[in-house]
Amino acid sequence: MSISEYNGSALVAMVGKNCFAIASDRRLGVQLQTIATDFQRIYKIHDRLLVGLAGLATDAQTLYQRLVFRHKLYQLREERDMKPETFASLVSALLYEKRFGPYFCQPVIAGLSDEDKPFICTMDSIGAKELAKDFVVAGTASESLYGACEAMFKPDMEPEELFETVSQALLASVDRDCLSGWGGHVYIVTPTEIKERILKGRMD
Amino acid sequence: MGDSQYSFSLTTFSPSGKLVQIEHALTAVGSGQTSLGIKAANGVVIATEKKLPSILVDETSVQKIQTLTPNIGVVYSGMGPDFRVLVRKSRKQAEQYYRLYKEPIPVTQLVRETAAVMQEFTQSGGVRPFGVSLLVAGYDDKGPQLYQVDPSGSYFSWKASAMGKNVSNAKTFLEKRYTEDMELDDAVHTAILTLKEGFEGQISGKNIEIGIIDADKKFRVLTPAEIDDYLAEVE
Repeated sequence: MSISEYNGSALVAMVGKNCFAIASDRRLGVQLQTIATDFQRIYKIHDRLLVGLAGLATDAQTLYQRLVFRHKLYQLREERDMKPETFASLVSALLYEKRFGPYFCQPVIAGLSDEDKPFICTMDSIGAKELAKDFVVAGTASESLYGACEAMFKPDMEPEELFETVSQALLASVDRDCLSGWGGHVYIVTPTEIKERILKGRMD
Repeated sequence: MGDSQYSFSLTTFSPSGKLVQIEHALTAVGSGQTSLGIKAANGVVIATEKKLPSILVDETSVQKIQTLTPNIGVVYSGMGPDFRVLVRKSRKQAEQYYRLYKEPIPVTQLVRETAAVMQEFTQSGGVRPFGVSLLVAGYDDKGPQLYQVDPSGSYFSWKASAMGKNVSNAKTFLEKRYTEDMELDDAVHTAILTLKEGFEGQISGKNIEIGIIDADKKFRVLTPAEIDDYLAEVE
């Protein structure tokens, strides 16, 4: 079995009208054994930028530490927050640096630009970017997430409807995946605030 | 050895707290050809004299104003060869920034990196400080910007500045003529008039250089023909 599937994960980001949502499952497993049911794989970089790291949990945490480090240095140097696009390029560059011994992570980056335009993107473990207008998915449940999102996504959703859609897509998908689940973590980001909600699903 | 025992090691402070080699570098700048820059409301202009040692030199082969990135240009007073080293290092820095962030380097960042190189050369072994001051003109998200970088590695943002021979005259002239709401065309005229003040001989499109950048964020060096057009306007 692939090392990217060792811990199990489900990640999804969706675009709404001047807002976006990013959600993940809460399970941390070692193959089929569940270790933790409150695991965090979505991290805040600044007030309008979140990053989710699917894949091997240890690499996800290390990579997150490096990203925070780089972003803090950037903030001090340039006296501003990174734009989502800029941050995506940075993540891509950091991953490709380890081209022949990669972090086994598939990042999902979601942020709001200064003009409140949502940006989402994902990339593979060596930093090949994939930009999308509607939604991006990652993790062991990615196949089911593609199906669920394709069926449920509508353009220009308001925050509340977006929350409902992302949550339904996530819960439906993790039930079809043995390695992810145990409820979900959903973040809805609007120009004014970040709303964080914890979902209960099939807790087995 | 020279003026004092402190003029040899550039990393030795004199008892009065000065680094004499840096002062010498500034002297080299002060005796270089005049350069100046003006920040207008909608752009920046930088200009310099281009006096050649002999009329036999092909003036089209000399370019004192250089482009660092599409939206940043630079001019110098002092030693030409030192300038080329800094241009090469700055361009590399700009390209590295672009490679990492896929975003053009902001003017302040490039100026800081360039100044850091100049500072390093005041504290390293086996090297001497750069015999140049730079005027960096750029236009980015923060609007038009003009910076001067000195051999010590210190840098300032200016509304208008001059360096090289005739600094004080040129600066006095700029102080009189400068207004906040000046348009780029006016700034070019003022730049030409300022150069004219201390110019020995007849000014023409061939013995001065002008670089401009406006809201389209494209830095470009004017051709001799374009400079002649501006010269006709100021007369």
